[in-house]
Amino acid sequence: MADTHSVIGTKNKKGQTFTDTWAMMNDAPRTPSFFTGSEVIKEALRRASCDVMIAYPITPQSEAAALIGELFAEGYIGDYFRGESEFAVMSQCAGAAFGGARVFTTTAGPGTMRAMENFPMWSGARLPIQMIVTCRGINSPLSIQPDTLEIAYLLNTGMLVWHAETAQDFFDWILKGYMVSEEPDVHLPLALCCDGFFVTHTKDVVNLTPADMCLPPYDPYRSPVPCMDMECPPVRMMRDPFVMKSNYISYATHASWQQEVWAAVERSRKHTIKWLNGLIETENTDAEVLIVASGTAVSQGREAIRLLEDEGIRCGLVKIKVLRPWPGEEIREATKNAKHIIVPEFNVTGWLAKEIRATIPNSERVHSGPRVCGGMTMPPEIIVSEIKTLLGMRTMSLAGRGS
Amino acid sequence: MSKERIKISEDLYDIMPSDYQDLVKSATYGKEDRGWKDIGNSKELIEQHSLCAGCPESMAFRYILASLPNPEDTVMVGSTGCTSLVFPMVAVHNIHSLFGNQNAIASGLKRALSVRFPGRTKDVVVLAGDGATVDIGLDMTLQAWFRQEKFTTICFDNELYANTGGQESGLMQKGFVAKMAPVGKLFDKVRLPEIARESGCHYVVQCTVSKPSLVEKVVRNAVMIAREIGPTYLQLYTPCILEIGKNSMEGLQEMRDSEKPTERFAYKEYVSEPAKQLLAEIAAKDKEKKAAAKQLASQGA
Repeated sequence: MADTHSVIGTKNKKGQTFTDTWAMMNDAPRTPSFFTGSEVIKEALRRASCDVMIAYPITPQSEAAALIGELFAEGYIGDYFRGESEFAVMSQCAGAAFGGARVFTTTAGPGTMRAMENFPMWSGARLPIQMIVTCRGINSPLSIQPDTLEIAYLLNTGMLVWHAETAQDFFDWILKGYMVSEEPDVHLPLALCCDGFFVTHTKDVVNLTPADMCLPPYDPYRSPVPCMDMECPPVRMMRDPFVMKSNYISYATHASWQQEVWAAVERSRKHTIKWLNGLIETENTDAEVLIVASGTAVSQGREAIRLLEDEGIRCGLVKIKVLRPWPGEEIREATKNAKHIIVPEFNVTGWLAKEIRATIPNSERVHSGPRVCGGMTMPPEIIVSEIKTLLGMRTMSLAGRGS
Repeated sequence: MSKERIKISEDLYDIMPSDYQDLVKSATYGKEDRGWKDIGNSKELIEQHSLCAGCPESMAFRYILASLPNPEDTVMVGSTGCTSLVFPMVAVHNIHSLFGNQNAIASGLKRALSVRFPGRTKDVVVLAGDGATVDIGLDMTLQAWFRQEKFTTICFDNELYANTGGQESGLMQKGFVAKMAPVGKLFDKVRLPEIARESGCHYVVQCTVSKPSLVEKVVRNAVMIAREIGPTYLQLYTPCILEIGKNSMEGLQEMRDSEKPTERFAYKEYVSEPAKQLLAEIAAKDKEKKAAAKQLASQGA
């Protein structure tokens, strides 16, 4: 069974010191480094005390997945291999997590969709796997460009879903993510999403924690369900399998288990607030116009706000960091003064705007857009233009928009 | 895990379920020469099952569980189908997650156990039906073999989808009329044993489960070879008496009829060179042990 003594302060085989995560993330010195998002994923994993990483090539996550292979070759990861498809990879991740390992993987777009059957299974089996989703288009004709539509499909899987804006978010949240996921009252998988290319393939200054500090190892015996390693008594799980029974007890069992998964999502709220300092971040929420966004749409929103300021238009900002659990109360509070709520998104359906509309009173205040998709960029000017149109102001015609 | 771990506190003994008390008192965990002969004499690792009366799969389950060389450190992986009705009542850790992904689960599991327990033996055994192994999961079955993953794959071949009501499967015989094969199956039974050999399995056996001693031998061999060398594959005929129109008591005869030398389940075996060597070493050690025991017995007498 689990060791009862603490490993904090001892060293792993690479000479890194197992460090209290709160101290490592909040108190340890940080070194500014100029890295691509993919390199940042590698650097986070170097410090994550990860047991098993399983990789599969798909743009735009291939570079990160391959870089973690280098970490394995250097001895930082317990095991690493290339699976045969995303469906198989996510099942391999499940197998490793069932066996008590801290597991990491990365995927994108069509890969996320191919693997989809696994995600509710991960949640139902209470496997705290961390999956990076570097979002890209999932439509046909084939696209490899950034597009966040796949996140909409993840929202009802019972996974925790976070949406990083920057490489710095990524670095911190990968490490903090395990702390939330692995809490005994949570113990759920985490989909840590970012917008492909915009975050993975651009360079940014990221403040890294010391490379000689790493997370404490995962303790599978804190799991709310037994670890499948034959280290605890193999009692019969059920007297009669519920799987295909048509009776009330069977239905009630399945229903209560689903409810428990979603209750665990809810219970992650307090841990997530602690580690991420809130599920949302806000600026100037007393303004009448408010941009509410997640991912890189937040960055574009910030630029738009600057342009609007030059014209004397005051606009606030809500950055949604966490999509599951959904920060409903926070959004209601942050939007209570707003007359116009602008939700710019990198997808065709506007799933974030729909979520917000379903959350707040007077939802006609929510304006879904601008929306770009299929890899199109979102220049701040189109956000500005959208806002000015909404306010009944004249806007300059923007090339290619037909206005 | 040692048998010590499953001991019950004296104060709680009387409130534990009787099958758990039996497990602690008389399971064959840790017994080196455990095998099918323990069935009926000591606690079996399978409780009641909800398979049909007379189902050969239930026999196969008992023989396999009695034959695992190291059940106290064995994790089994199942898939969706009739086997998933039995696994919840099996006294070794077992995983059911999705349909067809069993060899992917086992790949991740075996690697995690190797990372977490270096220097210790943790066996992984996959047990799934032919739909899971050959149709929906074929990709993952083969890829695990290509990668030389060190676990055993056992396929219960009943030549159709039994749990969903008798639909055509890849291992069904050509010409058999079934649901979804309304004019008879149009192509041959998939030759997975041959494919297994070509895919890198070090030990491949196709047989029926009519003889418990044979099942014991091949299961032990398959697990030992997978532990030391690489992937192994057993394809066991467990006919679905319900779907082929037989009565409860006719399963055994069906298997005996199908394993005659000219029939499709005639015993078939492939052993790779390194696996042959390992089996020879194990046999030599067993012989030595027996001789030593004999000598000890004669000295005692």
